[in-house]
Amino acid sequence: MNWGSWQEFFDMGGNGFFVWGSYGVSLLCMVFEPWRAAVRHRQARAEARRRLDEPSDDD
Amino acid sequence: MTTRTSPQAAPLRLFSFAAPSRFYALSGLLVPWLWAGAVVMTVLGLYMGFFVAPTDATQGEVYRIIFIHVPAAWMSMLLYLVMAFWAVIGWAFNARLASMVARAIAPTGAMFTFLALWTGALWGRPTWGTYWEWDARMTSELILLFLYLGYIALVNAIDDVRRADNAGALLALVGTVNVPIIYFSVKWWNTLHQGASVSLTAAPKMASTMLTAMLIMTVACWLYAFAVVFMRTRGIILERERDTDWVRALASGGAR
Repeated sequence: MNWGSWQEFFDMGGNGFFVWGSYGVSLLCMVFEPWRAAVRHRQARAEARRRLDEPSDDD
Repeated sequence: MTTRTSPQAAPLRLFSFAAPSRFYALSGLLVPWLWAGAVVMTVLGLYMGFFVAPTDATQGEVYRIIFIHVPAAWMSMLLYLVMAFWAVIGWAFNARLASMVARAIAPTGAMFTFLALWTGALWGRPTWGTYWEWDARMTSELILLFLYLGYIALVNAIDDVRRADNAGALLALVGTVNVPIIYFSVKWWNTLHQGASVSLTAAPKMASTMLTAMLIMTVACWLYAFAVVFMRTRGIILERERDTDWVRALASGGAR
């Protein structure tokens, strides 16, 4: 175990900004990207379903 | 493979999963397991990285950025090669699914490239005294980001889908020359960036627990990349095949 307390853990030897700035932004990206992919899939499914009702729609 | 009948009608052959309908069904089954694996490996890798791996003798605690920085940088280069490979396959063999997979990989590759640059900048400030330097490793990695963004912009700018796929494949293929430049930049030029810490031919220059944590995080990034690329490919398949019989059947059934 490297850390005596949570305070020490978050401080990262005085470099907490750099370490948590790296992991924080990584987490944001890795949540945002799958969310966008899921939205895209959902929209494509909704569009396919919508087209069932309007087969003459040209696009 | 040119028929667009229901997936159950065709016998299973080697290239059966090259049919978008089959790929759609198979990847839909895999995605939840890939996510589960990615989460488990991330928790395990971060636990190893923050609680088991010791403090670095020269860098102190800030070196722990390595557990995301190196996997992200590896993924950025590897995904580019995979993207270019499928784009060229889609172009050369007129394989629709391959082109769709190439397009699905691009945003994920760009995301990992951005993370490699971002975490590298935050690591560089406390250790080198600068967020950014125009050295060969960093500049070539920045060019990689522009190649991903250029590919995305190009395929979205051309209205004819297959023409866009093929133009993107050419750009992706030409851009592959940049990947060995990134990889070998620390050898070919005198860079601020250090040389490789891990190589296939030499003993690793780091403690074994550090290496283990880094490799577990690399596996986690792999699983993440598969999961998100499959998700995006499924969306692209539905967008492109929405007027085919199998998508109509899927949509009318209300299936996922």
